[in-house]
Amino acid sequence: MHSSTLLIVLLGLIGLAYQFGRRRAVATAGGTRHINTLHSLPAYYGLYAALWAGIPALLLLGLWSGVQDEILIAIVKSELPPAMIEGLSPGRVGLLVNDIKNLASGTIVSGAVTPEIQAAADRYVQLKQIAGWAMWLAVMAVALGGTTFAWSRTRPQMRARNRVESIFMVILVVFSSIAILTTLGIVLSVLFESLRFFQAVSPLEFFLGTLWSPQTALRADQVGASGAFGAVPLFTGTLMVSAIAMLVAVPIGLMSAIYLSEYAPRRVRALAKPALEVLAGIPTVVYGFFAALTVAPFVRDLGMSLGLDVASESALAAGLVMGIMIIPFVSSLSEDVINAVPQAMRDGSYALGATQSETIRRVIIPAALPGIVGGILLAVSRAIGETMIVVMAAGLAANLTANPLDSVTTVTVQIVTLLTGDQEFDSPKTMAAFALGLTLFAVTLTLNVIALQIVRKYREQYE
Amino acid sequence: MSETSAGGAPRPRTIDVVNASLKRRYARERRFRLLGLTALVLGLLFVVLLFGDILSKGYTALQQTYIRLPVTFEAAVIDPEGTRERETLMRANYAGLIRNALRRAFPEVTDRRQVRALAGMISVGAPTHLRDMVLADPDLVGTTVEVSLLADDDIDMLVKGHIDRTRPESERRVDDQTLGWVERLEEGGRVQKRLNTVFFTHGTSREPELAGIAGALMGSFYTLLLTLLFSFPIGVGAALYLEEFAPKNRWTDLIEVNINNLAAVPSIVFGLLGLAVFIGVFGVPRSTPLVAALVLTLMTLPTIIIASRAALKSVPPSIREAALGVGASPLQTQLHHVLPLAMPGMLTGTIIGMAQALGETAPLLMIGMIAFIVDIPSGFTSPATVLPVQIFLWADSPERAFVERTSAAILVLLGFLILMNLTAVMLRRKFERRW
Repeated sequence: MHSSTLLIVLLGLIGLAYQFGRRRAVATAGGTRHINTLHSLPAYYGLYAALWAGIPALLLLGLWSGVQDEILIAIVKSELPPAMIEGLSPGRVGLLVNDIKNLASGTIVSGAVTPEIQAAADRYVQLKQIAGWAMWLAVMAVALGGTTFAWSRTRPQMRARNRVESIFMVILVVFSSIAILTTLGIVLSVLFESLRFFQAVSPLEFFLGTLWSPQTALRADQVGASGAFGAVPLFTGTLMVSAIAMLVAVPIGLMSAIYLSEYAPRRVRALAKPALEVLAGIPTVVYGFFAALTVAPFVRDLGMSLGLDVASESALAAGLVMGIMIIPFVSSLSEDVINAVPQAMRDGSYALGATQSETIRRVIIPAALPGIVGGILLAVSRAIGETMIVVMAAGLAANLTANPLDSVTTVTVQIVTLLTGDQEFDSPKTMAAFALGLTLFAVTLTLNVIALQIVRKYREQYE
Repeated sequence: MSETSAGGAPRPRTIDVVNASLKRRYARERRFRLLGLTALVLGLLFVVLLFGDILSKGYTALQQTYIRLPVTFEAAVIDPEGTRERETLMRANYAGLIRNALRRAFPEVTDRRQVRALAGMISVGAPTHLRDMVLADPDLVGTTVEVSLLADDDIDMLVKGHIDRTRPESERRVDDQTLGWVERLEEGGRVQKRLNTVFFTHGTSREPELAGIAGALMGSFYTLLLTLLFSFPIGVGAALYLEEFAPKNRWTDLIEVNINNLAAVPSIVFGLLGLAVFIGVFGVPRSTPLVAALVLTLMTLPTIIIASRAALKSVPPSIREAALGVGASPLQTQLHHVLPLAMPGMLTGTIIGMAQALGETAPLLMIGMIAFIVDIPSGFTSPATVLPVQIFLWADSPERAFVERTSAAILVLLGFLILMNLTAVMLRRKFERRW
């Protein structure tokens, strides 16, 4: 609340700085008539002042809001009676701090409120208020200081445009490196937690073990909760669901791509192509709902009428729906590569007397094959990483089975279940989720790199 | 030709071989073509099935069952001392009023347990409604008014026909006794279905009849607004730099490959990133639109950058040369001349990216958007949930009535997505220029 009003005030101040800078430039030039003595357009002097007012103040604001709470908590903690924290584990101290914070914000606390905690909470509120005002003062001072500095520097000879432009270029470079930072962030965050996980559980057990039961003991004396982290059942489950999905998506997607690009009349194509691509725009949670409430019961009833024993959360139902989701992905990628096959190759084949289907099967498909394979690999990577459908329609039990009518679990399902319950950040359960995430990231990245490489190489052949 | 074969059986003419095989080849041609058509029809059938299924499950949620009863606002129950103080009116036993009204409607019910079952037909939210009525108009006290009371979700399902009345009692969620009461109310014209305003004005609830999507919609709105504020300038800036200014070297190559790969990273991995970095390292508060927007920004950036670069590429170089020729600086050339021409394409890409962000669920589960939040969020840092996560949570609830609400929430979500995509298509149609 405090900082958002500050942000608005700061934006107003930046606008003012722009006006000041502009006026100042015109004034130093000696009025609007002598404006041609300025090096740059007056607006650039305004922008120069606005940037000086805004950037340092915004940086300070961001930094301050980031660290304020930790500093305040440290102060509050250091002022607690030492007897209270002595001999407490870091986790307990964290709970205590939470209690103080909750009390300060007026919500319910977990334990009884002792006078010490009440005092600490009051102190926290007081400190927070002081810090809030200090932040206002500091940010305003920096903004005004920046404006004054820009004001004092404004002279007709100053190359305001060049300065403003070089700041803009720096901002553009920062923006474009966010993509790299994201990848770096992903790699580091999953790697860091995974390494800690692999210190507790050997990688050999993780990648080759066949028992997955991540329930670890909360207390040492608890029974039957040692935790087993053999991820093979998850890998096979993921593979099975993805395989079923590909069995649905590849034939349907590929054949409809062939039909759309080679046979369909123009009007059918104009209608059917966007209609099929609607499937790509539907959120995955909708597919999950469809799978769990419509397809899974249908598959189970069908199996029962055939005398088969089908689990209510069968891999088949999740795979089928995932396949439907991937159809437009396969079809649009295949259509692109089929359309990229030069017309001359088709004409040559027709001239030899081949029928249209023979041309497609003997000439076009072989020519487009690398691109199609690349597209299918991308689709596989998408199926492996798909989360909501399997979370909603596949099971939680890690069965090592080859029966698609059984319930299986997948890597993504386990990541979600491990991280959405209530648990502390350091338990092996949470870290296991990051290890699974690392595996998922590595596999999908490899598939993507290979697929993109194939697609790119193939494109070059015909262009 | 046939004369050339000397001795033995005459060699068949090629044309005969071809003609003999033609029938088979044409049949194969037809089969292949039919196969393609089948695949296409199958794919389209899935679209129809999906929409049909959700529509048929969800349309009934537009209406909600109410039971109309004459309720006496007894002064003895609400305000025995006659002070009409707000505090007293707030705390009065409105559930008792409803029980009394029901008892008057069914005079033969006297057993305490049966009275409780009778009261179970009315939603637990109905007393609040009565309270609000009295608070708005204290003169109601002492009068008898016909009030439409929100029915419990089981009654709602029964009236809408989702619970089969002909099935044996043990397989039904509503017992015979209640069924008899409902049928009596129906005969008396006291059961009515009205437009379901609760669904659009309330936050979520454990009671299906009181659950609405307003909270999730506001959460989605705040999240999307922030995502747009973050991702549009960053995406356009990055595209501008990479397409127009960046030197062609290893570094820019790396960034390019990176962006293409990021577009294909599973969304759940972005959730892990958000959990570890934004929440773990930077201490952004959990379950808030702010942290959701940060994660979604990283996810939509590749889409926006790729679309914006394509838009920049389609602006002909002559525009740039002309601008540079009259003395504009490179940045002025881009900002004053190229960017405005590329803007429709960039906006189209941004809308498509926003549509993806609106439908995204998995990464948001990781960063605590899954929490049960009843209040309608009031800002970027108040705990919130978003529409797709709400759908996920409702889909997990066992009550039959939630199926209907989930489907209706999906319809709302799909409605927004269709609207966004149509806008993108219109933009493209309207502003697309061939140079």
